[in-house]
Amino acid sequence: MAGGPNKALLAEIASRPGRDTLASTLIKWSFIGASLVFLAALLFAPLITVFAAALEKGWQLYFSSFKDPDTLAAIRLTLTTAAIVVPLNTVFGMSAAWAIAKFEFKGKSLLITLIDLPMAVSPVISGLVYVLLFGMQGWFGLWLQEHDISIIYALPGIVLATMFVTFPYVARELIPLMQQVGNDEEEAAITLGAGGLMTFFHVTLPKVRWGLVYGVILCNARAMGEFGAVSVISGHIRGLTTTMPLHVEMLYNEYNFVGAFAVASLLTMLALVTLVIKTLVEWRTGIRKH
Amino acid sequence: MTSTFRQPSILPGFGLTLGFSTFFLSAIVLVPLAALVMKTASMGWSDFFHVLTDPRAVASYRLSFGAAMLAAFINSVFGFVIAWTLVRYEFPGRAFIDALIDMPFALPTAVSGIALTAVFAENGTIGQYLAPLGIKVAYTWIGVVVALTLIGLPFVVRSIQPALLEVQRDLEDAAETLGAGRFYVFRRIILPTVLPALLTGFTLAFARAVGEYGSVIFIAGNLPMKTEITPLLIVIKLEQFEYAAAAALGFIMLMMSFVMLLSINLLQAWGRRRLVASGR
Repeated sequence: MAGGPNKALLAEIASRPGRDTLASTLIKWSFIGASLVFLAALLFAPLITVFAAALEKGWQLYFSSFKDPDTLAAIRLTLTTAAIVVPLNTVFGMSAAWAIAKFEFKGKSLLITLIDLPMAVSPVISGLVYVLLFGMQGWFGLWLQEHDISIIYALPGIVLATMFVTFPYVARELIPLMQQVGNDEEEAAITLGAGGLMTFFHVTLPKVRWGLVYGVILCNARAMGEFGAVSVISGHIRGLTTTMPLHVEMLYNEYNFVGAFAVASLLTMLALVTLVIKTLVEWRTGIRKH
Repeated sequence: MTSTFRQPSILPGFGLTLGFSTFFLSAIVLVPLAALVMKTASMGWSDFFHVLTDPRAVASYRLSFGAAMLAAFINSVFGFVIAWTLVRYEFPGRAFIDALIDMPFALPTAVSGIALTAVFAENGTIGQYLAPLGIKVAYTWIGVVVALTLIGLPFVVRSIQPALLEVQRDLEDAAETLGAGRFYVFRRIILPTVLPALLTGFTLAFARAVGEYGSVIFIAGNLPMKTEITPLLIVIKLEQFEYAAAAALGFIMLMMSFVMLLSINLLQAWGRRRLVASGR
């Protein structure tokens, strides 16, 4: 107390009841400040840069970069790929979730681990494995060439690699959710004479629909944005096998920065829309994941 | 046989859904991965070791694993700070920032790659202030760490957030009433509760960062022996039609993924046991 009025004042403040002492307020704002600075440098600055760089030479040039036929072809290819991959992985996810969540069987945890495996594998490896299977030196390479079927450097390869990468997304959202809601209502429906499909669509699906939406939009975002796996398998044939992310790379390497960031801005908007839907689903259901 | 394989249930569709799932899983994931293992096995031990111990490959492991480790460490510190801020404090824009944390999950890696390069290049928004200090980020190993930090951030924050909610605040209050200092409360109450989640987040971020390709290749500069990551080396081997060498490098990375997946599962089991043991 002999240290002067300031010290006494601080001690008095610190001894007040409640959490909001001077020290805790300082800690609070330094935590908030550190978080904001870190996120500003790593997250906000790149996001703003995408749009700033795309619009650097004005709106006219921005919009004219979407008139390029190769850009349009890239957008079409990305949409086609997602239109094939997302429904297939959704059907797989629902089927795997039904088997895993509704029944007890041996080897279940192994199956779950194997479904999660693509999440842990480098995207480059996801593309590489298909090159090893279907490439010229691969298992089926010669047979495919004899029958004039192209998988590598063509749409089927891009679809397969994208499917590998996005494989777990729907299943891993649905499995815990379906386990959590239990089997009672399904068992009641079956006992009352409903068929399997009717039970699934009228009893199970309404209970887990928000989890399904959540899984599907994440799967879609990843499918449209996948770079590494598709890059390995696509062959980078301009206007033919370049998806939007690959087209971004191609334009960027040609120093066409406005074009590259213009396509990148579309992908960024897709990511923002995905986050908005994801946040709405989370508010709606109170689930919190990852 | 079925009765020992699975427990009886009146629900239909077990055979159909399990059959379809395992078939699809095998076709898309397991058979292709088996092709990678077979290709590696076909090359013989001496070739295998020759590829793996090539100085260029060793330099790439050092960068990939070193930068991923450093990025996961940075994320553990800042991820904790951010998770703490989001869970404990109320401030304007909190919900907005909370939602935006998932951005690196949703943003295509090529986009984050070119955007980070533009920000951290010598004439970029942030790079222009670092350049006079002699810090070069883009086209150096620091750039690799920056890209991997962005990619790993949501894994750490999203792992820690639920664990922080579990921390019993009455315990903190009781400790403070009994004279414990802030740091003591942190070390003895908060850290033990959050530790399994923190380690899980660290491992997830590390696993993702080791394999990352898209966001790194733009900012790294890709100089052999200096700023070349292992996934890029695999791509280069493929472009030179050295399929076996690419497969061998891929095999090593795959083994690392297995080990990390296993440790994540063990860490999560550990975390659950601790929760049960503490009676919650």
